[in-house]
Amino acid sequence: MTRAITRRTALAAGAGLIAAPPIVRQANAQSQFDWKRFAGERIEVSLTANPRSTILIQNQREFEDMTGIRVGAEQIPEQQHRQKFAIEFASGRASFDVVGISLHVNKRQVGRARWCTDIKALMADASITSPDFDFADFGAGAVAYSTQSDGRMDTLPEFTDYFILYYNKELLAAKNIAPPATFDEMYESARRLNDSSRQIYGNVGRGLRNANVVLYSSFLLGTQQRDFLDEQRRLISDTPDAIWAGEFYKKLLRDCSPPGVSGFNWNECQTTFMQGRAAFWLDGVGFAAPLEDRTRSRIAGKVGYAVVPRGPANHHCAMFGTGFGIAETSRKKGAAWYYLQWASGKANQLRYLTSGAGSPARTSPYRNEEAISQSRFSREFFSTLVESARISRPGLPEIVPVTEFRDTIGAALTSTIGGADVATELKKATEAFRPVLEASERAA
Amino acid sequence: MEGTASLAGTAAAGAAPRRRRNYARHYWWFVVPCGAVVLGTIVFPWVFTLYMSVHEWRLGGGRSWVGFANYAKLVEDERFLLSILRTLYFTALSVLLPMVLGLLAALAFHRKFPLRGLARTIFILPMMATPVAVALVWTMMFHPQLGVLNWLLQQVGLPPSMWVYAPETVIPTLVLIEVWHWTPLVMLILLGGLASLPIDPYEAAKIDGATPWQAFRHITLPLLAPFLVVALIIRTIDALKAFDTIYVITQGGPGTASETINIFLYLQAFAYYNLGYASAVVVVFFTIIIALAMVLLWTRARVKDA
Repeated sequence: MTRAITRRTALAAGAGLIAAPPIVRQANAQSQFDWKRFAGERIEVSLTANPRSTILIQNQREFEDMTGIRVGAEQIPEQQHRQKFAIEFASGRASFDVVGISLHVNKRQVGRARWCTDIKALMADASITSPDFDFADFGAGAVAYSTQSDGRMDTLPEFTDYFILYYNKELLAAKNIAPPATFDEMYESARRLNDSSRQIYGNVGRGLRNANVVLYSSFLLGTQQRDFLDEQRRLISDTPDAIWAGEFYKKLLRDCSPPGVSGFNWNECQTTFMQGRAAFWLDGVGFAAPLEDRTRSRIAGKVGYAVVPRGPANHHCAMFGTGFGIAETSRKKGAAWYYLQWASGKANQLRYLTSGAGSPARTSPYRNEEAISQSRFSREFFSTLVESARISRPGLPEIVPVTEFRDTIGAALTSTIGGADVATELKKATEAFRPVLEASERAA
Repeated sequence: MEGTASLAGTAAAGAAPRRRRNYARHYWWFVVPCGAVVLGTIVFPWVFTLYMSVHEWRLGGGRSWVGFANYAKLVEDERFLLSILRTLYFTALSVLLPMVLGLLAALAFHRKFPLRGLARTIFILPMMATPVAVALVWTMMFHPQLGVLNWLLQQVGLPPSMWVYAPETVIPTLVLIEVWHWTPLVMLILLGGLASLPIDPYEAAKIDGATPWQAFRHITLPLLAPFLVVALIIRTIDALKAFDTIYVITQGGPGTASETINIFLYLQAFAYYNLGYASAVVVVFFTIIIALAMVLLWTRARVKDA
């Protein structure tokens, strides 16, 4: 006896066949994460031009093969990138799904305008978050940096930049000088190492307006006050501690740095230090790679690394950071979230560290003894990074008009290199910027 | 006379009164696309700029009507006022020096000498260089310790200069780049003018015993005046809008020592995202340019009449 196939049975079977692949995929997801879930989609990624973005773009194929998602990535110079994404976000039609954000500059602006989606919800969804993602691996400081004051996490930490002390081992050894442990020692050593007749200088550092504030903040962090804002978020950049930091900045750059330093940004500092013309240079960790590049640097293999010296009251190093955000307007948030997991994944973070492109936001790369032992950088470099992470604090205030702040305070600092009185200049700059900050805080 | 008038009158009366067709109402549709482009690209941006200038308008934040508060703030903004002075200083030097040097170069290249063509080509090479690339190369050359310029100065026993790395020397140094870059343009304009001058006045002057200086002062210079005014207008416009070289080399620094209006405006709009205030700067800057343009056009008209 045969049973005839009814129309209902046929429809049910057809529906079952159609539904089978997603069900199977879902079942597999429980045993093995489904990286192909968004295969066929294309996302646009907008990054700041730097060695880390280059690493991501060079290895992008790896992500595309794993997920089947096509990626259109661009990298744009820092200043222009910040403007581009802000204007695109403000237009309401951002051309990208994923964006790299400098948290020390744009965090509050992005957070207040709610331009990026809260990734906590995506992270909590096990169907789209790889079991290997391991959020606990991210450093606490980096996570705090990526979290807005209202608890939203609108970026995934990528890179944490610490200010460290680079020193020329040869110059220090010639005068039997040890790496300084305090700012006072640093100044005294820089003075001893200064020999302008040979065009050798004890120190080199950022003097150019705006760029110089991050160096100044390294000194301010060593004081009792530490920050630019008080607990009520009022500007306190003309206090005795702020003036002390300004005086130290002035004497270090005026007495022991090359002539013309008031126009130096990081690139002039790097050139001077690479040519063996300066003994100390306090700047971000990302410069280790060019300094150790034997084809470009005269001091490759002779660079010493140390944490920022201790201040009169505290011991901190300035921290800056970047993260990846997903545009709130993106229609491909799933694919974009996959990209974030890959971009800030353990493999890429290890690549950052071992190539010298920057200090990763995850902690696991620092524990990878095998990779570290094979790196071209010394153990001293890695131990400096670990120690810096321990003592780090944000180097800039979390405010919307941070660029205007840097320009205003920075111009005052540049004037002090020319001989202007520190207290007068800082007072003038503080008075000029205070109304801007107050207006910005009122709008918050 | 009477008969002629009568004939003319008869002819006019004989012709049927022709109604002229009014084509204009059909033609004006042809103007619409062009008008739409002008409205969209010139009129609308201007009206919108004026609209923004009377608002407190920050990118990523809200906007609120503030009337003329942005303009009032500009009057008290020391940084803005200084940027105007710097712009005028920079423009004056960047116009005057290329004009003088361009005139001298044009007079030199107008004379016949061996390899003149090659020399002219070499002279105009800087003009062909991309400003940003030029700026990056000059930045390296200006480095106080490692730059080639200070090395050259030391070779001839001169003390090193701080070039763009000191507030006192930054604007003259930026002018130096402008001079290097744009003197060839002035030379080309004036060379064209010299080639078009008639030779008769010079022959007459020679017969009358005029010295070369007198010939230059009383013949060349007056006849060349229209070309000088054209070069002056072009150079003034170029110098006023100079931005790329200054931004790449100094970003307005050290401190604010090279912050011209363009740099100030750029920072307000694209670094501080203060669009309302930046729009007010644009309106004021535009007014300054219009005033300057009127002076130049008046000068040109006077030269033409003379």
